[in-house]
Amino acid sequence: MGLVHEIDYGTPASKSEKMVTLTVDGFEVTVPEGTSIMRASMEAGIAIPKLCATDMVDAFGSCRLCLVEIEGRAGTPSSCTTPVAPGMVVHTQTGRLKDIRRGVMELYISDHPLDCLTCAANGDCELQDMAGAVGLRDVRYGYDGDNHVFAKKRDALEGSVANVRWMPKDESNPYFTYDPSKCIVCSRCVRACEEVQGTFALTIEGRGFDSRVSAGMHQPFLESECVSCGACVQACPTGTLTEKTVIEIGQPERSVVTTCAYCGVGCSFKAEMRGDELVRMVPYKHGKANRGHSCVKGRFAWGYATHKERILNPMIREKITDPWREVTWEEAFQHVANEFRRIQYQYGREAIGGITSSRCTNEETYLVQKLIRQGFRNNNVDTCARVCHSPTGYGLGQAFGTSAGTQDFDSVEHSDVIMVIGANPAAAHPVFASRMRKRLRKGAKLIVIDPRRTEMVKAPHVEAEYHLALRPGTNVAIVTSLAHVIVTEGLFNEAFIRERCDWSEFEDYAEFVSDPRHSPEEVEKLTGVPAETIRGAARLYATGGNGAIYYGLGVTEHSQGSTTVMGIANLAMLTGNIGRPGVGVNPLRGQNNVQGSCDMGSFPHEFPGYRHVSTDAVRETFEKLWGVELSAEPGLRIPNMLDAAVEGTFKGIYIQGEDILQSDPDTKHVSAGLAAMECVVVHDLFLNETARYAHVFLPGSTFLEKDGTFTNAERRINRVRKVMAPKNGYADWEVTQKLAQAMGLNWNYTHPSDVMDEIAATTPSFAKVSYDYLEKMGSVQWPCNEAAPEGTPIVHVNGFVRGKGKFIRTEYVATDEKTGPRFPLLLTTGRILSQYNVGAQTRRTENVVWHDEDLLEIHPHDAEQRGIRDGDFVRLTSRAGETTLRAQITDRVAPGVVYTTFHHPDTQANVITTDFSDWATNCPEYKVTAVQVAPSNGPSDWQREYQELSRQTRRIASLEAAE
Amino acid sequence: MTVKIYIPKDAAALALGAEKVAKAVAAEIAARGLDAQIVRNGTRGMIWLEPLVEVETAEGRVGYGPVKAADVPSLFDANFLSGGAHPRSLGKVEELPFFAKQTRLTFARCGVIDPLSLDDYRAHGGLRGLEKAVATTPAQIVQTVTDSGLRGRGGAGFPTGIKWKTVHDAVADRKYIVCNADEGDSATFADRMIMEGDPFVLIEGMAIAGIATGATKGFVYIRSEYPHAIATMTRAVEIARRAGILGTTVLGSPNAFDIEIRSGAGAYVCGEETSLLNSLEGKRGVVRAKPPLPAIQGLFGKPTVINNVISLASVPVIMDRGSEFYRDFGMGRSRGTIPVQLAGNVRNGGLFEVAFGITLGELVNEIGGGTASGRPVKAVQVGGPLGAYFPVSLFDTPFDYEAFAGKDGLIGHAGITVFDDTADMLKQARFAMEFCAIESCGKCTPCRIGSTRGVETLDKVAAGIEPQKNLELVADLCNTMKFGSLCALGGFTPYPVMSALTHFPEDFAPRTVAEAAE
Repeated sequence: MGLVHEIDYGTPASKSEKMVTLTVDGFEVTVPEGTSIMRASMEAGIAIPKLCATDMVDAFGSCRLCLVEIEGRAGTPSSCTTPVAPGMVVHTQTGRLKDIRRGVMELYISDHPLDCLTCAANGDCELQDMAGAVGLRDVRYGYDGDNHVFAKKRDALEGSVANVRWMPKDESNPYFTYDPSKCIVCSRCVRACEEVQGTFALTIEGRGFDSRVSAGMHQPFLESECVSCGACVQACPTGTLTEKTVIEIGQPERSVVTTCAYCGVGCSFKAEMRGDELVRMVPYKHGKANRGHSCVKGRFAWGYATHKERILNPMIREKITDPWREVTWEEAFQHVANEFRRIQYQYGREAIGGITSSRCTNEETYLVQKLIRQGFRNNNVDTCARVCHSPTGYGLGQAFGTSAGTQDFDSVEHSDVIMVIGANPAAAHPVFASRMRKRLRKGAKLIVIDPRRTEMVKAPHVEAEYHLALRPGTNVAIVTSLAHVIVTEGLFNEAFIRERCDWSEFEDYAEFVSDPRHSPEEVEKLTGVPAETIRGAARLYATGGNGAIYYGLGVTEHSQGSTTVMGIANLAMLTGNIGRPGVGVNPLRGQNNVQGSCDMGSFPHEFPGYRHVSTDAVRETFEKLWGVELSAEPGLRIPNMLDAAVEGTFKGIYIQGEDILQSDPDTKHVSAGLAAMECVVVHDLFLNETARYAHVFLPGSTFLEKDGTFTNAERRINRVRKVMAPKNGYADWEVTQKLAQAMGLNWNYTHPSDVMDEIAATTPSFAKVSYDYLEKMGSVQWPCNEAAPEGTPIVHVNGFVRGKGKFIRTEYVATDEKTGPRFPLLLTTGRILSQYNVGAQTRRTENVVWHDEDLLEIHPHDAEQRGIRDGDFVRLTSRAGETTLRAQITDRVAPGVVYTTFHHPDTQANVITTDFSDWATNCPEYKVTAVQVAPSNGPSDWQREYQELSRQTRRIASLEAAE
Repeated sequence: MTVKIYIPKDAAALALGAEKVAKAVAAEIAARGLDAQIVRNGTRGMIWLEPLVEVETAEGRVGYGPVKAADVPSLFDANFLSGGAHPRSLGKVEELPFFAKQTRLTFARCGVIDPLSLDDYRAHGGLRGLEKAVATTPAQIVQTVTDSGLRGRGGAGFPTGIKWKTVHDAVADRKYIVCNADEGDSATFADRMIMEGDPFVLIEGMAIAGIATGATKGFVYIRSEYPHAIATMTRAVEIARRAGILGTTVLGSPNAFDIEIRSGAGAYVCGEETSLLNSLEGKRGVVRAKPPLPAIQGLFGKPTVINNVISLASVPVIMDRGSEFYRDFGMGRSRGTIPVQLAGNVRNGGLFEVAFGITLGELVNEIGGGTASGRPVKAVQVGGPLGAYFPVSLFDTPFDYEAFAGKDGLIGHAGITVFDDTADMLKQARFAMEFCAIESCGKCTPCRIGSTRGVETLDKVAAGIEPQKNLELVADLCNTMKFGSLCALGGFTPYPVMSALTHFPEDFAPRTVAEAAE
């Protein structure tokens, strides 16, 4: 154990393949050309003193501690900014250098508090380390001079007066503090904000001795543009920027490398612990998804793990109107087993089912689907991917033969044109957005297809070349029109198509898209996007070099979601943008393990590894291992389960880690379905919205409390490691196992690694994956098997998985959800940076300071017509229902379009959304709802009733008794 | 025939009342109905004679100065339009010893011509360099400049030809020529003088640099304190553009080159080349670490020639007369001429262009005529506020980059500030630290904190607090700043401090008890 100390090489690695050999203090070292002397020395094991250098950002050369002498060169150049040269002879420690370094440190300390013992950074302070390293013994300047340290200073005439240089500590950010008195003006935070995060929220204000870090225009951090990603805190070598948890608890003593449980980027973190208390989460530089970066959620918003509302004991109740009764785990398991068996006996084998979680580990997901297939003996398993990326699975599977993104995240560093469709990575995949913007700042071009002017369209030093602000619901028309331009203007890559795709299918597709009805001029009428913009974007994507497409739920959550995915695949095939770094088609997965939950056989028609249940050979594999006969019939999807429940044929459900009541469309239909069931088992951290309809509540464990793996959007299998014991007693996989045992299944997993071994044994794309192997490799991207022993960063390199790439006609069919006199506006939904999904976790953290309610974005024109002012309560009505929330007037949305987030249950945006869904996969059409907006006095009747019901259904008997 | 009267429009002359004089002269011409024309020229550089009014006569240009507006009627009465005698008569300007002793190559036209008259410019040899440049190859231009021995006149003395060759050899889609006209050193005014007196020579020099290196865009970064220079340069660029000297076809050649004038924002450190580039890019004027050299990764990350005004303005004469002609002036590795600027407590203040090799003593005593106060010279500071103080005992030092370096000094931008025996060198040392503290960009630690500590420590010395210990600390601090600073601001501040301490230790000794008690 102990802390994981990552070597800081001082400057980023050079990517040159040419090697250079030099001598540092008598040791020969060979490094890539372009490496700094500082980094080369570190490679040779010699740590040159430094303060302003850190390998997350480019060399800066300001602290002047890292000076070296080079034979044959005059002066004392800084080793961070001086690149190596062949045969160079470097000395890092000479009398002259020692004098300068000690002189510099003496100056630093002459303007720094001497409160080391009570400083939160004590033991983790590079300034302290350097004072020791250079042998500073005395500060001859004294401490009476000009300084930023003391609030008061002595004036010869007036005695004690205010020191104008001193600034109080800024504690506005909920997670970290900024203490200007400790700032050494190394600019590491400023550079991290610029180079790593790309927000440019920080600067140095003043000049000379006045210089000090400033957020925004001399604002408190919270009021500035800061997005609280934590890069600055991580970069700070002193106690100037410090996590509040470190201030409260103290320095951590051990760290465990694990994977963030928020979005599909799958950032690696060091969970830094003291005892079983989590002190902080620090992004791990060796994490291949995040490369040492983080966002406000993963870095800071983990307080929900110990939130007081977390339920730690199992609970049962007869009726949902009863208060909850705490029971023992044994009683709970037995109760569920009895109920499920009773229901199956009474209503048939198909009367129960389950939902796996995209928040839980691969192993846990695997076990839930196994419980259903082996224990329930049916295929009634589905997952929340149903409501997000099921069209991706279907569409890419059809076109390419794999149901996942084609690239690793590193690929974006090689892209020349990046097309972002229906995704706002700046809010939903912030760490990847930062990596993307870094590439864009280096000159790659950006195309954004989104009804809203998202944070991607314009950011500091990044601006989209083309923003196609289409009407919600017209994705297929736009994508087909882009193909029209590429085909009719002869911009397609014929050689690629002839080699990799089916030529006759291409010809058919080319004939289809060439039809004048797909021309930008015609499509403009449907989408509202100027024809010239469509043409420009198509030309840029086709001819601008490596073209990469990243897309999100704005593509999939439509009645034609699968069609758009296929259209995107067509674009990539047309232009040959598949099968090498810098290109590809990449769905940005919403949840930490949504890729994994799909991989693990969570769909009613597929076993792990996307193999259809009707495939005899696959069934045999599992039948042999599990010792039961498996159903060859696909089971029920979530909406079908709910339909069946309303009809009275579906009576029991085990829901692990998903809040379908809040996240699934048409809330009223969901609640009707749940209310009609006889045994709803919710396995979750909190009494979520769905739990209001539950009869059994099984407390869940957090990602900090268990071992396992998550698979991120780039198919990367990352280890999740247990950093503390489950506060509820059992990790989720253990709960599922005990439930299975209670139902009479002979399960004996002693560790999630046993589960992974079973997955590897049964699933070809995971054949080589094991915990030992992951330990050795850090992480791997599936497929990982004999053919690809080190995993597969980029798929379809030499040809498509399915053989020939398949062009599929993409006819635009307008959604049935249409605006009209009653509902003249189109509502589309999305996320915000600080909140995550239904907000169950982030709402229970300090992240609420950024977003404590869902707002309705409405264009000034539409607001004016309705007499709505900024901040007014408005009633949002669709044919499905109504809710109220506050309006925010902004031209980020086009006239005729309104937008909101779905993070807060009080708003219940999904009361509004309809039951329309993707033709192929039933993925709900969250992104298009015809609505009307009108001024309102306050919450709707529904919201008031809901709040009361919510209170009623959350009563816990034992607690009430105690009161 | 119309008589031409030259009245300078140079900022120094204006400061001394040239505008009033010009108005008075115009009024007299009108009142007397004379056939005379006023030409607003630059300055000849003899600032103690400004406003210096010249009249073109059959014998040549005769001068009167310094002229006050009140003198004007009497000048007319004395028939000065024909060179008539007057108490302000100076005789033929070009025969004045201060002028006659000079070797005017770079400043050949300055003060002579109408700065914004292209005809004047051509008539006095202008554009011949550029004409030769468009007729030859870029490599040949670079070779000529290299062979001339021209070194950067901004202060660092880096061989201009080598810098140009680096940019010439760099492969990039765009390259830039940046002229550093952020002339902030005390006692310097050569850049301003030439921009106001002969702007086309700078434009011509930049165009030659552009052709030589493949750059098509140039920027002149002029300090905001030079509004007249900004106005003159802006106007000159417009004229040059209209005349086809700038634009898509320079002098009808296939070479494109254009210039933009940019105004600084008032920071001394922006005269440092990398800060200047940051400032030009719209960023904070903070020094960049080198490497990468601006010649490889300069303005907007592109290969960039960044040269001082005088370096660029010296190129046309080199191209016109050949590298050997220029190289034959000077001494050692300092070739050609240098416009020395005499200022401070000096009798004959002004600009004196001369071949390298003249001694400091000649410049101060013979050319400058000693102090203005008439008291003995105590010290001179050469090279601006970061230059070393030279005592009279070092006046035999020849004006040469290496010779000055050998005496722990620097030529810098060739400004000389003269001090008489009343100067307190401890105060001057403190001033150097204070200057650095005020002007520091704040990036590197030795300069950012060191300069403030330097002021405080010298104050302790002045107050008699542990003087010995504190002087040792000053010496250590100067060592840290000299070798540890990122750029010349912090790196050169020790020069004035240590030279004052070395040459004038008595000024740092504890003061008398009586003084200390006060």
